[in-house]
Amino acid sequence: MASAHNFPMQLPEPNRPMVRFMNVSKSYGALTVINNLNFEVAEGEMVSIIGPSGSGKTTVLRALMTLEAINEGVIYVDGKPLTHMPKGDKLIPANEKYLRGMRSSIGMCFQHFNLFPHMTALQNCMEGPVQVLGLSKSEARVRAEELLEMVGLIDKKDQHPSRLSGGQQQRVAIARALAMRPKVMLFDEVTSALDPEVIGEVTNVIRKLVREYRLTMLMVTHQMGFARDISDRVCFFYGGKIEEQGPPQELFTRPQRERTRQFLSAIKEAI
Amino acid sequence: MEWKWGFTWEILPSLLWATKNTILATIAGYILAMIGGLVFALMQRTGSKLLGSIIREFIDIVRSTPLLLQIFFLYYVAPEFGLRLSPWVAGISTLGLHYSAYLSEVYRSSLDAVPRGQWEACRALNLSSRDTYIRIVIPQALATALPGMGNYLVSMLKDTPMLSVIGVAELMLTANAIGSEHYRYLEPFTLVGIIFLLLSLPAASLVKLLENRLKTVLGL
Ligand SMILES: Nc1ncnc2c1ncn2[C@@H]1O[C@H](COP(=O)(O)OP(=O)(O)OP(=O)(O)O)[C@@H](O)[C@H]1O
Ligand SMILES: [Mg+2]
Repeated sequence: MASAHNFPMQLPEPNRPMVRFMNVSKSYGALTVINNLNFEVAEGEMVSIIGPSGSGKTTVLRALMTLEAINEGVIYVDGKPLTHMPKGDKLIPANEKYLRGMRSSIGMCFQHFNLFPHMTALQNCMEGPVQVLGLSKSEARVRAEELLEMVGLIDKKDQHPSRLSGGQQQRVAIARALAMRPKVMLFDEVTSALDPEVIGEVTNVIRKLVREYRLTMLMVTHQMGFARDISDRVCFFYGGKIEEQGPPQELFTRPQRERTRQFLSAIKEAI
Repeated sequence: MEWKWGFTWEILPSLLWATKNTILATIAGYILAMIGGLVFALMQRTGSKLLGSIIREFIDIVRSTPLLLQIFFLYYVAPEFGLRLSPWVAGISTLGLHYSAYLSEVYRSSLDAVPRGQWEACRALNLSSRDTYIRIVIPQALATALPGMGNYLVSMLKDTPMLSVIGVAELMLTANAIGSEHYRYLEPFTLVGIIFLLLSLPAASLVKLLENRLKTVLGL
């Protein structure tokens, strides 16, 4: 990652976006996965990312979660650079210490839940708040129980993940991420590994988040109906950049670009 | 040649005393090996590339040369470089070092067996790398590592007779001394065999028990 000279040290107020990708590129060897991406998500906005397999959707979320380093550009979160840190009047690639300062403002849920198997649902939700945020055990417990209640799993709080269904595990994973009080939540195909009959219990939790929390959310999904229902905006990714974006009614009913049309009709046929 | 019970009872106390030494050497050597193995495994993962390849090289050397040679090196050759160790210290250190190499491989593969998603979840929760290892990764890796660790515990126990060559008064040396003193080897060596059996078998089932217990505690 080269040091970035022409990027601002901070994004100016007012109306600054919660998330901003500025000329971001990422490649694996010769394969460019994110291609000079410019992308903003406003505070409190729910944005869905759709697109064909390999278009870079997951990579965008992983870059934002700092699971993956980017090669070019800068990502800002809440006005501050995430992937880079200021040094003098330049931005240089962030070190681990700086990342640890920034990372708590982002939470992520994964396709395969990734709960800690040796901990109960409650312990999973208390781990970050106690170890990272420094909450006392009892404060963390209160917070974890509230969230497990919210996702409808308070009666399962003492179960280990192996005793929970996929849908239940994913709801615990959502509670675990929320327990860190992130400003931005990322969902990467959180229903793709689930049996059809339990998808609803997870999407209902996400609906609830949209209604009740002013969280900024970015969701990669193949569930077009769900994306259409709850998103403020839908972005269609193609070849590592946004091919087309807009409010769901428009993008789904009147796609402007040929590739968007092809993708949407291919999906319709699959259903 | 017939079995003499009188002689058996007569030599039993000194063999039991030697058993205590065998057990001591095994425990001390194994504790060293567990710690050394963990240090090697973690340094290979997190240390510099150079450090990693030095350790790799060292592990390969240890694993492809005889334990007996290593014991001789630490006891007879090291003093020429100013490192003078008692038979006990040299013996236990060699056992510890030798098995560190094997245990580090057990640890390494168990750490590798922890799914990548676990590391990523730790990162997403912003856990420190210390907490990631201690609270999340190592407990899960331990469950995978236990069977291998148990095997090496029993192997080490069976390797303690090699310490007799530098004069550590463990079972083999004691039995051999009894034999040459009385010109009778049947009883002492048979007893040694039985004692080793009585130590190895319970150790193996203890490890199995521990493994199951750990899995229950961890909810795996
Ligand atoms: N670690 C990696 N090394 C090499 N290539 C990778 C790596 N991770 C992802 N890729 C490649 O990058 C491209 C984009 O991957 P990404 O996971 O972002 O796609 P996606 O849009 O999420 O696709 P899907 O809908 O299948 O999940 C793919 O071609 C993938 O093979
Ligand atoms: Mg993906």
